[in-house]
Amino acid sequence: MAVQTECICADVYPRIDAIIERKGAQTDSLIEILHAIQQEVGYLPQPVQEYVAEKLDVPAGVVESVVTFYTFFTTVPRGRHLVKVCQGTACYVRGGKRVLETVEKHCGCGVGETSEDRRYSVDIVRCLGACGLAPVLTVGDDIYERMKTTKVADVLGKYE
Amino acid sequence: MSDFTITVNGQEVQASQGMTVLEAAQQAGIHIPTLCYHPDLPPMGACRVCLVEIQGERVLQPSCSFPVRAGMIVETHSPTVRKARRTVVELLLSDHPSDCVVCDRNRNCELQSLAEELGIREVRVRVEPRGLEVDATSLSVVRDPDKCILCRRCLQTCDLIQSVSGLRLKGRGYDSVVGMAFDTPMGHALCVNCGQCINRCPTGGLVEQSHIPGVWSALEDPDKFTVVQTAPATRIALGEALGMPPGEIVTGKMVSALRALGFDAVFDTDFTADLTIMEEGFELIHRVKEGGVLPQLTSCSPGWIKYIEHFYPQLLPNLSSCKSPQQMFGALAKTYYAQQAGVDPARMVSVSIMPCTAKKYEAARPEMNDSGYQDVDYVLTTRELAKMIKEKGINFADLPQSEFDDPLGESTGAAVIFGATGGVMEAALRTAYEVLTNSKLEDLDITAVRGMDGVREATIMVGDLPVKAAVAHGLSNAAQVLDKIAAGEGDWHFVEIMCCPGGCLGGGGQPIPTSPEIRRQRAAAIYQADREMPIRRSHENPSITAIYERFLGEPLSEKSHHLLHTKYTPRTRKPVQIPVEA
Repeated sequence: MAVQTECICADVYPRIDAIIERKGAQTDSLIEILHAIQQEVGYLPQPVQEYVAEKLDVPAGVVESVVTFYTFFTTVPRGRHLVKVCQGTACYVRGGKRVLETVEKHCGCGVGETSEDRRYSVDIVRCLGACGLAPVLTVGDDIYERMKTTKVADVLGKYE
Repeated sequence: MSDFTITVNGQEVQASQGMTVLEAAQQAGIHIPTLCYHPDLPPMGACRVCLVEIQGERVLQPSCSFPVRAGMIVETHSPTVRKARRTVVELLLSDHPSDCVVCDRNRNCELQSLAEELGIREVRVRVEPRGLEVDATSLSVVRDPDKCILCRRCLQTCDLIQSVSGLRLKGRGYDSVVGMAFDTPMGHALCVNCGQCINRCPTGGLVEQSHIPGVWSALEDPDKFTVVQTAPATRIALGEALGMPPGEIVTGKMVSALRALGFDAVFDTDFTADLTIMEEGFELIHRVKEGGVLPQLTSCSPGWIKYIEHFYPQLLPNLSSCKSPQQMFGALAKTYYAQQAGVDPARMVSVSIMPCTAKKYEAARPEMNDSGYQDVDYVLTTRELAKMIKEKGINFADLPQSEFDDPLGESTGAAVIFGATGGVMEAALRTAYEVLTNSKLEDLDITAVRGMDGVREATIMVGDLPVKAAVAHGLSNAAQVLDKIAAGEGDWHFVEIMCCPGGCLGGGGQPIPTSPEIRRQRAAAIYQADREMPIRRSHENPSITAIYERFLGEPLSEKSHHLLHTKYTPRTRKPVQIPVEA
């Protein structure tokens, strides 16, 4: 999935309007609306949240609570490639922590952050259901099993 | 609805379908400790303190939200329950600041009481408090997120009772924090300053912005002349904060206490409540006769004023232009009274005792300086006054009764009922009836507008004129009325709106705790105080007649307009961002 990372320009608002129209301007649809906007815009900065709040006729804090609760939502632009390192029990005991540290060092940013060149965003995941392949790391939709710290640079280097 | 029995601690207890275990137990007089539960709010099951053992259930269940079933067997204090409950509270204490002795809520804190009740003598896991910043930017409310235990009562209050939704829960898990949208400082955020969140906060997480130090300095400064006014609802609640049961009328003792604190003149907001009836009543008559904007909305409650400014700015023309009784008093103290008493208003310090935290904001509004000075300098909540009385070593219970000073101390029963929802309406109708029909109202108790229903409507015959009235308290109830007005429905003449549940008697500055039962007891005291007053109609107050003769001229005169009326500010609902200082 290509993640868009452009800035919030005036032209995103008609696209947001279209999404809200499609989903219905009611709070019941808030999560779906935010989900669709994030797909479209790439992230959910404060002006976008305030805009949605105004459209749905709710105080902005209502939108912000939802955005900050779900780790799927991001308020900062994501990198071109989302790197997720599993920190579930099996991955953790088999060195997932060290893999994560190496990934952070390689990308130059911590969990929940994006590298300065917008190449990578780093995140953790609690379990991918692939414990037999632990420790696991994913880049976008690609899965890398039995990761070692020494393999991190090679794997990440493939993604421009 | 079927009735059946359940067994709680071996005792047969009546219950009915739809009840929770907690409700059934409480009804039978069985105590279950609670923390996030509040009788004004729907159960949340957030804190797990009310856990009980239910036979057949795999794990302990929160009694606040667990529905009863016929034949259910419940243990509320078994060893398993007691141990689990202790662990829950110990974990809440694990990162809670332990400076209880200097906390605003010391000895009035539910977490503290709970620790004592559950016999907690050590906290096995201790970590540093999160070190979150105290937000003291609001003129009314101070938020200390380190003392917050995330019970969510405040945000339920802000959401469900007040329809403001300013306070929100942000983030998740250990990083959760209750705060304003986008970390906007509270003083710049969407907030009506009502303080209902403070009334429901179990800890010191939310407290009022204290004016106590400023008031002490004014009292101790020999160059200052201190005047004080007391709002209607303070006299029936102050006792609670000083160890008395709810519903005690302590007017005379309160006056004595204020003199003992050193105030030079002790006056009554009830006087300007009577004056409000004159001004607001004549404004209504003017609107009806001249085809003005109707319904006229009352304007005594500053939380409500800020709410309409944010949420229904299009209805501001409906709002009475009358200042609240507090601000009418402020403007008159530094003009009329200063003149009468020969006191230089520049050295006068005007203090008010209010059941309200929004009054602190109201006093600081930039337009509230028609006397040529800030009309009201300090606002103390009922709670703060109780603290000062304690600090001064005054034995409140043994104080003699005394009377307010003249000329701003005389009032009527119509003024004291301003403290209860429906009171302003009732007081206005008593006067409107007699002024318009030129005849005596037989029964002064206009019970149609009394009570605790969220929205009440009544049509009262004033002579041949059917006056259509509505009363709402709590802003979510107000919103229902306002939606109708905004949609062009609702053909009322006069609508009374009070920000807080129960009116001012349930205000955000009143003693903690609050509950429907406590508010009922306070309301009963208000109406008793009304019945005991020798005069019960605002227009019969001799001091009101005198002030119009000597100073104001007549209701809605130019002088009245200058000192007693005000303008409002349309606002948005957006979280206002202030620039970061370099």
